[in-house]
Amino acid sequence: MAKKAQSTLPNMLISLTAIALVAAAALAALNGVTKDPIAKAQQAKVENAIGAVLPPFAKLEDKTVDGHLCHVGLDEAGTMVGAAIEAGNDKGFGGHLQLMVGFDAQGAVSGYQILETHETPGLGAKADQWFQKDGKGCVVGTKPADAPLTVKKDGGSVDAISGSTITSRAFLAIVNEAADVFAHINQ
Amino acid sequence: MKTKDIIKNGLIKENPTWVLVLGMCPTLATTTSAINGLSMGLATTFVLMMSNMVISLLKNVIPDKVRIPAFIVIIATFVTMVEMVMKAYLPALYDSLGLFIALIVVNCIVLGRAEAFASKNNVGQSFLDGLFMGLGFTWALTLLGMVRELLGTGCIFGHSLIGGADGMLMMILPPGGFLALGLLMALINHLRSKKKVK
Repeated sequence: MAKKAQSTLPNMLISLTAIALVAAAALAALNGVTKDPIAKAQQAKVENAIGAVLPPFAKLEDKTVDGHLCHVGLDEAGTMVGAAIEAGNDKGFGGHLQLMVGFDAQGAVSGYQILETHETPGLGAKADQWFQKDGKGCVVGTKPADAPLTVKKDGGSVDAISGSTITSRAFLAIVNEAADVFAHINQ
Repeated sequence: MKTKDIIKNGLIKENPTWVLVLGMCPTLATTTSAINGLSMGLATTFVLMMSNMVISLLKNVIPDKVRIPAFIVIIATFVTMVEMVMKAYLPALYDSLGLFIALIVVNCIVLGRAEAFASKNNVGQSFLDGLFMGLGFTWALTLLGMVRELLGTGCIFGHSLIGGADGMLMMILPPGGFLALGLLMALINHLRSKKKVK
């Protein structure tokens, strides 16, 4: 067996530097390989969410309205069929909640997807189903621009998720905010 | 040390979770479902295998006084690799494990095996030790995840066993993690001690 390297200053410097260099080189090489797939995976996530919340569209146009990223769906003639708006706030029970909210051309909610959530599993995390078309607190088809959505506890019309009023309030506030953005989209 | 002993140590006798009680942070945090526990276990297994092997290879080149920083750099390199690959090819899994992948770096099992085993044994044995310690960690996390998922949501690996029932929500929240871990640890150590008496 080879003799163990002594803990002299040059030995320590050389060995640590060499290890760090090799590690950095290996990671740099792998980063080159995985960079594109990571970007693609994130892109696919956004595209899936847009597809799920918008009425059928022929092409997309991205623009920024009031600081929100909007994906406007157009038909072949270039008329707007709807828009998917990314919005979020920090009022969720677990912190930040980020949604993609879709509206049809009339401003009614056509669907939503949760992009980022830290809500409690089994309680607030149910928001991904709860407010959908077949969910108990359906918001699809409502027009937040006419009357802002609020939970029944606050005098509104939407059934809050049982045991998760805070999540429900945060969720509806985001949908209302997205509706505001939608109203400004053509100005 | 015989291969058979290495296998037995990792899986049962010195099981990182049930016996050594190392790495409790990822154990409690990622076992909200069986699939999360399994993935976390496998990611840790990969890191353990690779870091054990490399550290064993380099054990004579690394001076004693800087061995800990050297080990950490090696471990962190493999963890970052797992993280990048997972982000690129399994984005959904990465979303649910998130931060805990990066935290494998400071998982005491990985550094513990580097220090206690890989820096004293040859490459082949160190690789095996990493593999079986990792698998020991994996089965512990998977079992814990299965128990918590079953009690908490009525599902196992996402498949519902108890039709329509909601389950005891507490089991997938942090308190349920402590309860399930404690009870399972007691049960497994009870079974082990019974076997020893025979």
